Amino acid sequence: MITCLGDMFFPEVGVAMVRLLRRLGVTVEFPEGQTCCGMPLFNSGYHHDAAVVAARTVGLFAGAEHVIVPSGSCAWMVKTEYPGLLQHDPALKAAAEALAKKTYELSQFLVDVLGVTDVGSSFRGKATYHDSCHLLRGLGESTAPRKLLKGVKGCELVELPGSDECCGFGGAFSVRLPEVSTAVLDKKLANAEGTGVDCLVACDAGCLMQMGGGLTRRGSRVRALHLAQVLAPAEDA
Amino acid sequence: VSDPSLGRSFPARAHAALEDAHLQEALGIATTKFIGLRKEAFAGFPAGEALRDRARAIKEGTLQQLDRHLGRLADRIEGLGGHVHWAATGDEAREIVLRLCRDKGVRMAVKSKSMATEEIELNDALEAAGVKPVETDLGEYIIQLAHEKPSHIIAPAIHKTKGQVADLFSKELGGRFEADPEVLTAVARKELRQKFLDADMGITGANFAVAETGTIVLVTNEGNGRMVTSLPRIHVAVMGMEKVIPTMTDLMVFLAILARSATGQKLSSYTTLVRGPRQPGESEGPEELHLILMDNGRTRQIAGTLREALYCLRCGACLNVCPVYRQIGGHAYGYTYPGPIGILLTAMLKGAASVKDLAHASSLCGACKDVCPVRIDIPRMLVDLRSQLDREKIASWRERTLFRAARRIMTSPGLFRLGAALGRVAQKPFVRNGRLRRLPLFLGEWTRTRDLPPVAARTFSERWPELQQEKELERP
Repeated sequence: MITCLGDMFFPEVGVAMVRLLRRLGVTVEFPEGQTCCGMPLFNSGYHHDAAVVAARTVGLFAGAEHVIVPSGSCAWMVKTEYPGLLQHDPALKAAAEALAKKTYELSQFLVDVLGVTDVGSSFRGKATYHDSCHLLRGLGESTAPRKLLKGVKGCELVELPGSDECCGFGGAFSVRLPEVSTAVLDKKLANAEGTGVDCLVACDAGCLMQMGGGLTRRGSRVRALHLAQVLAPAEDA
Repeated sequence: VSDPSLGRSFPARAHAALEDAHLQEALGIATTKFIGLRKEAFAGFPAGEALRDRARAIKEGTLQQLDRHLGRLADRIEGLGGHVHWAATGDEAREIVLRLCRDKGVRMAVKSKSMATEEIELNDALEAAGVKPVETDLGEYIIQLAHEKPSHIIAPAIHKTKGQVADLFSKELGGRFEADPEVLTAVARKELRQKFLDADMGITGANFAVAETGTIVLVTNEGNGRMVTSLPRIHVAVMGMEKVIPTMTDLMVFLAILARSATGQKLSSYTTLVRGPRQPGESEGPEELHLILMDNGRTRQIAGTLREALYCLRCGACLNVCPVYRQIGGHAYGYTYPGPIGILLTAMLKGAASVKDLAHASSLCGACKDVCPVRIDIPRMLVDLRSQLDREKIASWRERTLFRAARRIMTSPGLFRLGAALGRVAQKPFVRNGRLRRLPLFLGEWTRTRDLPPVAARTFSERWPELQQEKELERP
C-alpha cells in the first residue's frame, strides 16, 4: 500500500521501499487503483465517507499475503479503524479484520516478520529519529525503526530530544490551525537542529511533509528522510 | 489573554496566546516540569499501570449504578448530621449556595481550589449577592487578585511568570515584593491568615466522595483546604455527581495514581477526609456541613457519546502533554475547562455546537490518552465529536462539501489521477527550486510558514511499470 501522499508527493519513498523489499527476497505487487486510506475523512469526523473508502480499499488487497505500508498513520488506520468502520456489514467486517491482521508498517514488517535488523545498507552521516504519533502510540512501536537505523553501515543514530512529541502535522489540523501547527513544528525542528545531524528520519509521509517543509523553508542543512530512503541504498552500491 | 473574550474566534485567541511572550515562557517551563515529574513518578512505581486499569474499572462500575452510590452517599452524610442538596443545573447549585449565605448571614467565604465552583462561576454570583469570596489556594489567590480565570485544571496561574506575580502583589497589596516564590508565598499566607478566622463559610469542591462512609475527600498541597473545611462555622462542598466512589479501598486506588499523574508526587501534601460536621465531644470542625451534588449535563452523558469523560479525575496531565495546550495555554480555549479533556467537558456542559472550532484543536497525537490515569480515549472522543458536528450539520456547509468531494476522489482512481494531473499543471507557476513556497486559497495557510513538495513529475503509480521491469532484469 503506497498511500496518497506517497503516490503523489513522495514516489521516491515507494521506489526505495520496493527495491529494499526485493533485495530482502520479498515479491512485491502493487494492486492498481489505490488512492487514500480515508484517514483524513475519518479524523475530521466524516465516518460514513471514510467507511466507503475503507470498503473499497479492503477489496483491493484481498489477495495479498502481507500488506506493507511506508506510513505509520495509514497502517494504524487500516489496522485499528477499518473493522469498526465496516461493522455494519458482516462480510466487509470480516474482510477488514483479515486485512488488519496482515497489514504492517514497513519497519515492523522488516523486524517482526522478516526478522532482520541489518538490511545491508549504507549511509554516510548522522541521523536522528522522530517517533510519529500513530506509529508510536497507535501501534506501540518505538524500537523497530531505531534497530534498523543502528544496523545501517556508516550511519550514526543520535537520539532526538522530545522525539515522542508531535510534529504538529495532524492532517487537516495543519491548515485548520496553521499557526499552532507551526509553533509545534518549530519546537521539533529546533530540537532536531540541536542534535547536529544531517538528516531527520521518520516513518510517516505526513510528518515528513510537515518537517521537510519547515526545514527547507528555514534553509536548514538537515534533510527530512523516510526510513526507506536510508535503508534502500545497498552496502556495496 | 487575561479574560477569555469569546467575542473573538478561537484561532484569534490562539494567535494572541502565541504572541504573548510571558505566557510562552511560563507555559514552556511549567508543562515541561510537570511532564518530567509525572514520568519519573510512574517509572518508579511498577504497580501503577495495573492500578490505572483498576481505577478505570471502578469509574465504569460506579457509573453503571450511579443512582445507588449517590443515594448511599447521601444517606451516610445525613446520618452524620450533614445536609445533602441535589442540583440539576449549575444555576440550581449556585442558588443553593446563595440561599445558604442569605439564611445563615454569611458575609465572607473562604474557598479552596475547586473547578466545580469555577464551572458555575460562583464567585461572581457571591459578589453580586454581597458575599465576599476569598480564594485561598495560592494560584487561585493570584488570579482572583488579577481578575482572571484559571488557565489550568490544577495550576490556575500557570500562565503567569513569577515576575508577573511579584508585580501583581506589589500593585494590589501595597509594597515592593521581589520575584521569589518563597517571598510571594509568605505574603499570601500573611494576607490569608486572618481571612480564615473571619470567614463565616468555607467553600470547597471534592476530589472524591466515598459512598460507603460518607467521606468527602480533598487533595491539596497547601493545607488551605484543611483550614477552609475546619475553621468557618459552615462548610459547603460543591461536587459533580460523577465524583462519587463506592469504598475506601477504591479511594486508595485513586490516591495512588492521582498525585503521580498531576504533579509527580506519591501523595499530595494534604489529603483531607471530611466526615460529617463537628460531632458532639469533638473540638474542631464546622457546625454545619452541606454537600451539593451537581448534575449540570453530566448524567445525560452516562448513555451518551461523552460517557468516558465522566471518568476524569481532573489531574491535568493531559493538558501538560498536549502540544496544542502547551502552545496556547488555557485561556485561549475560552471555557472553564481547557486542554483536550476540557474540549470534551465543554461539549458536555454547553453542547456540541459550543466546541465547533475547539473539537479541531487537536492533532490527535494521542499523548493525552497515554498519560490519562484512567485511560480516557480522548482522541477517539474528539473524532466522534467531530462526527457529531457533521451529522448535526453544525460544521460549515463549505467544509462538509469539501470533504464529500474528497471522498469522491478517494473512491475513484480516475479522479485521483486526474487530480494529480491537474495539480501538476496548476502548480507550475508556483514551483521554486523544486518546492512550493506560496500557494493560494487554503493551501496558503500551509505555505505561509512551510514549503510543500510539488506533485511529482511522475507518481508512484506511473513509475510502477518500469519498477516491474527492474525486477525482470534482476532475474538470473
